Amino acid sequence: MLSIDLLLIFMIIAAILALQLKDLLSSVISIGFVGLGLSICFLLLKAPDLAIVQLVVEILVLIILIRMTVTHDGVIRHKNDKFLSVAAAVFTALFMIICYHALKYMPEFGSPLMKTSSVYLAKGFPATGASNIVSSIALGFRAYDSLAEIIVIFTAVIAVLAIMRNTGRRN
Amino acid sequence: MKGMTLIVKTVTRLTLGLIMLFGFYIFMHGHVSHGVGFAGGVIIALGFIHLMLAYGKKYAAAKIGEKQAYLLKNSGLLILLAISAAGFMYGKGFLGNFLGNGKPFELFSAGIMLLFNTAICAVVAGCLYLVFITLVEFKIKK
Repeated sequence: MLSIDLLLIFMIIAAILALQLKDLLSSVISIGFVGLGLSICFLLLKAPDLAIVQLVVEILVLIILIRMTVTHDGVIRHKNDKFLSVAAAVFTALFMIICYHALKYMPEFGSPLMKTSSVYLAKGFPATGASNIVSSIALGFRAYDSLAEIIVIFTAVIAVLAIMRNTGRRN
Repeated sequence: MKGMTLIVKTVTRLTLGLIMLFGFYIFMHGHVSHGVGFAGGVIIALGFIHLMLAYGKKYAAAKIGEKQAYLLKNSGLLILLAISAAGFMYGKGFLGNFLGNGKPFELFSAGIMLLFNTAICAVVAGCLYLVFITLVEFKIKK
């Protein structure tokens, strides 16, 4: 697991760089480094389905972000609001404390609880007929999840369209 | 948005078919090997975006424009709901597998998964391409 640790260190460095750099394009590229490193992490942890999705979505997000920064369309500068920064700090601290207490009850990394997943592993292939176990879970046992996920994307895109149409078309 | 140089246009013309083919492979073989409908949809949307970046707004809008993207997204979701509700007709309930499991490791197996992946792919491709079109087409500041 040394390679994953090294990748994680590089990803943390890239994330800090993305926050601190003055140039927006460089900071977008370091965000891209974080996402692509995450994709390689998924591949090393033997989850190729997730790695494909992460890689592809990261490239799409990078294209959109680079276009936004190059044309200086979405650059909105707010004044430094002290209330907002204090509120963000307080909520982050609260979230971290709750996370610390919640994560103590999680099973250790690499030794999961096999209550429902053992049933899925045993019955996934005969019950659904799909040789890809990830598909047999995501589209067979938990098809409601997939349906809801698609509906969430649909709703999000409709919301984006509703907001963007407010300003009118370019000439 | 104008197009790019002749080199980029030529490379796009050569590679766009391969990108689309890879997207189709990813979502159609989701139940046999790695890949899901979501990833296939994003790859197909990336192919459309590639066309628009290389050739410009007008050319891409003539090939696949806003209307076609809306059609893709809406018809995908309707097909998804139709597949989900079709389980009622066979007495399997909502999202029931009404086609049977079929032979394993074949393309047309595992019941409704292929149809489901196809519909998901259409919705995702239409939605994400529509976001890009909106960023190109509409003003962001007033």
